[in-house]
Amino acid sequence: MSPGLEVLDAGTLTTVQDQGRPGFAHLGVPRAGALDAPAAALANRLVGNVPDAAVLETTATGCALRATGPMLVAVTGAPCRVFVGPVLGGMAPAPFASPVRLATGQTLELGAPVGGMRSYLAVRGGIAFDPVLGSRSTDTLSGLGPPPLAVGELVPVGASAPVTDREFAALRDEARRERTEPGRANSHGDAPPEQGSLVLSIRLGPREDWFTADAREALTSMPYTVSADSNRVGLRLTGTPLDRAVEGEIPSEGMVLGAVQVPPSGEPVVFLADHPTTGGYPVVGVVDASGIAAAAQARPGDTVRFAVIAD
Amino acid sequence: MAEAVRVGDVVSQVRRVGADALLVEFSDPAWVTALDAEVRSRWGAAAERAAAVHVGDIVPAARTLLLDRIGLGGLHDSGAGAGLDGHVVLAPDDLLRLIRELSSWVLSPLQDRAGAMVDVPVVFDGPDLDAVARMWDMTAPEVVATVVQCEFQVAFCGFSPGFAYLSGLPEGRAVPRRSSPRTRVPVNAFGLAGEYAGVYPRSSPGGWQLLGTAVGVQLWDETRETPALLAPGTPVRVVEHDGAST
Repeated sequence: MSPGLEVLDAGTLTTVQDQGRPGFAHLGVPRAGALDAPAAALANRLVGNVPDAAVLETTATGCALRATGPMLVAVTGAPCRVFVGPVLGGMAPAPFASPVRLATGQTLELGAPVGGMRSYLAVRGGIAFDPVLGSRSTDTLSGLGPPPLAVGELVPVGASAPVTDREFAALRDEARRERTEPGRANSHGDAPPEQGSLVLSIRLGPREDWFTADAREALTSMPYTVSADSNRVGLRLTGTPLDRAVEGEIPSEGMVLGAVQVPPSGEPVVFLADHPTTGGYPVVGVVDASGIAAAAQARPGDTVRFAVIAD
Repeated sequence: MAEAVRVGDVVSQVRRVGADALLVEFSDPAWVTALDAEVRSRWGAAAERAAAVHVGDIVPAARTLLLDRIGLGGLHDSGAGAGLDGHVVLAPDDLLRLIRELSSWVLSPLQDRAGAMVDVPVVFDGPDLDAVARMWDMTAPEVVATVVQCEFQVAFCGFSPGFAYLSGLPEGRAVPRRSSPRTRVPVNAFGLAGEYAGVYPRSSPGGWQLLGTAVGVQLWDETRETPALLAPGTPVRVVEHDGAST
């Protein structure tokens, strides 16, 4: 029996995520997967996991778990305080974005993020719920995959070889390099993106011709504000409505990650991992893959601007 | 649709979608399914690993076919999440080349490709049967007779896993969605909306005009070899069921 993680506090929403289940969109299956994919990949690297191992994704409030066996964990993504206990009768701070050893019975607490929205917790061996269509990701739109974590539940962890001191040191060095070397993958090691404002690169289309010239101008010149209604399906924005040149709905068409869909309100929604596979509202542009993680870490009230890539 | 066609003759436009996707728009949507099958066999997951082009997701819809996560040069996308190192950005030249190649393909009529017919037994006990009868200016039994005579085909899936949009209603028989959607439509409800018929794979909110309930079929089972009973392209017949237990 492999050890597991007992859920003491599930936070507002803690889900299981890996690289999702792309390839089934034609059956109406959303892609799902970690919203901040680079952060999830980094967490896996820091505990010596394969890149597609499943991790936990918290939302806005962190979570708390108790280890039922010895394990190695790492927390990345939205920077937050990490505590391990009991240590000398209390909780001791542990490093963020660095491997952390837990002894049997110890508790791990992830605080609310100080910047960004979603922190990632990787455990050596990976979260081991049964995969659905090849992925352990929780899909909040269609309900596929494991349900969000609930208090009292035991989260299964895959078997893994014990960590030697030498290996632990190597993983810690990897974490240090990740923090200090410029030009490494942008994984928010522990340098949060600039607070409160975000520029997302977009390519216009496929339906920019459904909008007036003024609307296209507004999209790329006016600031938009992240709405509290945002979730894993999409980053909902408030701001200057985008007026239509063509009225009505579009016959259902396929949707991609990062699509900026414009519902009748005229206020854009940036599709994230749990987006529907088809939709009937026009897509004015598509956010470049490089901006998806930052969009997923944007907080309600943050400002978003769009910058057009013409390539 | 008895004759083969060149893709370029049934496609009106190919639009770019983001960095690595294309949206193919059809002047004649009857050919969406045929191009879907053709792309899948040439550039899809099961195609030769050495194929010069690989498409991660091929998504048919009402009038379009989306080719998402296009990879070139036999680079196989392992299904990695977006934003990982070195994501693909298709250059204008690549796009032109892809569109030219696609346009030159010849599609054979669908009859040659149709998979096995799926019969869906339906008990016509739906709450909107009389409303649809009024829209069609006929009696409820005539609505049932009309529906069971249709040669349906899955045009595309969407809304939820395994929810199939069935094309094949007679010309002029499109019906509007309900003005106020129901908060809960039961699992296996069979209904109409726009020019499509469909069956709800699970209970959910919905605005379709409900004609009845499918019995003895499970639209979606993620543990099955083929999770969706009605995948795009599948020919479908609706068979009237008397409602006695099966």
